[in-house]
Amino acid sequence: MTALAPHPAPRVPAPRRPSEGQAPPRRGLPAWVWAVPPVLALAAVVIYPLGAVVAESFTGPDGAATTAHYAEVLATERFRDALTTTVLVAVCATVGCLVLGLGLALVIAFVPFPGSRAAGRLVDTYLSFPSFLITLALLFLYGTVGVANGLWTGLTGADTGPFDFMSTPWGVILAEITFFTPFVLRPLLAAFSRLDTAQLEIASSLGARGGRIVRSVILPEAFPALVAGGALVLVLSLNEFAIVLFTGAKDVVTLPMLVYTAAILEADYTTACVVATVNAALSVCLYLLYRTATARLRGSGSGPQKGGRRAGA
Amino acid sequence: MGIRLDGVSVSYGGTTVLDSLDLTVQPGEFTALLGPSGSGKTTALRAVAGFVRPDSGRVFLGGSDVTDLPPHRRGIGMVVQSYALFPHMRVDQNVAFGLRARGVPRREVRTRVGEALELTGMAEYARRRPRELSGGQQQRVAISRALAVRPRVLLLDEPLSALDARLRTEMTTELARLHRDMPDLTVLHVTHDQGEALTLADRVALLDRARLREYDTPRNLYDRPRTAFAAGFVGSANLLPARLDRGNVRFCGLDVDASDTLPSGTSDGDDLRVCLRPHRLTLGPSEHTVRGRVTDLNWRGSTHRVTADVDGHSLTAEVPGTAEIPDLGTTVEIGFTRRDLVVVPAGEEP
Repeated sequence: MTALAPHPAPRVPAPRRPSEGQAPPRRGLPAWVWAVPPVLALAAVVIYPLGAVVAESFTGPDGAATTAHYAEVLATERFRDALTTTVLVAVCATVGCLVLGLGLALVIAFVPFPGSRAAGRLVDTYLSFPSFLITLALLFLYGTVGVANGLWTGLTGADTGPFDFMSTPWGVILAEITFFTPFVLRPLLAAFSRLDTAQLEIASSLGARGGRIVRSVILPEAFPALVAGGALVLVLSLNEFAIVLFTGAKDVVTLPMLVYTAAILEADYTTACVVATVNAALSVCLYLLYRTATARLRGSGSGPQKGGRRAGA
Repeated sequence: MGIRLDGVSVSYGGTTVLDSLDLTVQPGEFTALLGPSGSGKTTALRAVAGFVRPDSGRVFLGGSDVTDLPPHRRGIGMVVQSYALFPHMRVDQNVAFGLRARGVPRREVRTRVGEALELTGMAEYARRRPRELSGGQQQRVAISRALAVRPRVLLLDEPLSALDARLRTEMTTELARLHRDMPDLTVLHVTHDQGEALTLADRVALLDRARLREYDTPRNLYDRPRTAFAAGFVGSANLLPARLDRGNVRFCGLDVDASDTLPSGTSDGDDLRVCLRPHRLTLGPSEHTVRGRVTDLNWRGSTHRVTADVDGHSLTAEVPGTAEIPDLGTTVEIGFTRRDLVVVPAGEEP
């Protein structure tokens, strides 16, 4: 029999960390020097142009700092209308995206149908499309001379078709919902893929029907993803320009459209800078709100759970 | 309420995962579905729960055909390996979930949640979140949640597999106590751990490759297995090739009268398997003795496992740790009595 005796622990040298200063000192430039080029590039490309816009909005005709431009622009009906339209379109588009995105995500993730995986992949592809392409496609379908109206006039012999909403706020909202829904869908599918399917089965075995399972089990788990997706869509739709321009909705003047009109069509750079600064401030505020909300949700989140995960999403 | 599966078959994409399963669990009985991975035991349980729709056959709960009923209308409680607690709910909210889903009045919900948590000793953790509990505690909450709805049938899908060995032993005792306290509760317990099955179950359904191999009491499965698969899977066993010759079983150069353990329908010349449990073998001569060369020695704390090559077959004896152990390569005598021997037909082995 082998005698059991305590063996002395082998002497293994502790791994050395680079920060312990054991490595031979390297000769060369100090670390901060390497930060200078990217900071300079950032300043030239991002900070300076933004700063110039903000500075212009606060500069009077005599070159002195003033808030007079703000008092003047913010008091105009044109600005107030644009702000109202921007917020209304953004909120409606966000709500539409949340409803549609949630419904689609639930079907793709939890209703087994052939091609559900392909549908998930399609969402990823869709995210790479330019926004004007979606608007163009909708115009092709529902525009005044689009396919839908063509079919209608062909069938009924009428002079015009019933679809005439693409140049109204509803057309813009439809286009934004169509384009931005994948931005809600993607984080939701990711959240659903992390959900333990056993939770759904247990809920069902305990007597819960589909609606209660969605409400009590799935939605609370997916809530952070829903908030993140919704906030992202809200910020993006606040700043959306191409969709509004491509629908040709002359009466739908949003803040970005107002900037475009003032700067390019009217050569009123000061007004353009004031509106752009307000638009940017609005976006930054929303972004900060979104960050705070997601940080809080993450803090009270459930953390990873053991068990089966949905593979399809 | 009893459970009856009547010729239940399930297949996925042309692969049969459960083949014509006939199984009857009496009301109040604790039945274990035991088998290796892929044997179909979880599929059988999921068919009872309603998560799997059989291709053919019917499922009955308490005499009613529930094959076409959705899970939420079957009146079952279920506990799974991953606990599947709802992470955003507190412990008491988790336990109350089923009661609320069934429309139990608010006041009664509170009482029954308290009772269910008391049952598993988790009452003091009622306000905690699942992530603040250990694995064992989470599993107790999962059991409370399943029992709170007063199910007619409790389905356990490898509920102890995620726990460490010490907790598993503790929870096995706990489950046995719960079943003693609720003798009317019918339990179907899926496990691949034979220790769990033998400890807890009134009867064990042994499945392999989608088919039911044996269904008997744990004692009979262990002491009197009817198939080579059962002999080899339930407990450790030496399975030695044998042949029936003029009423005697011939194996390893021995000629043993085992007429009382012969499988029915056996006739002269049939291939058989002799099952000898390692702990029933002794080192040294006995009523029947074989000789072999020691090929392996394993110390297991309270016992030694001595493996010897006997006539080209490996034979393992498990002897007390205090016994004198031969050296590797030496010749050893291994003895057993006629009562230690079980004869089964030659067939699939685990």
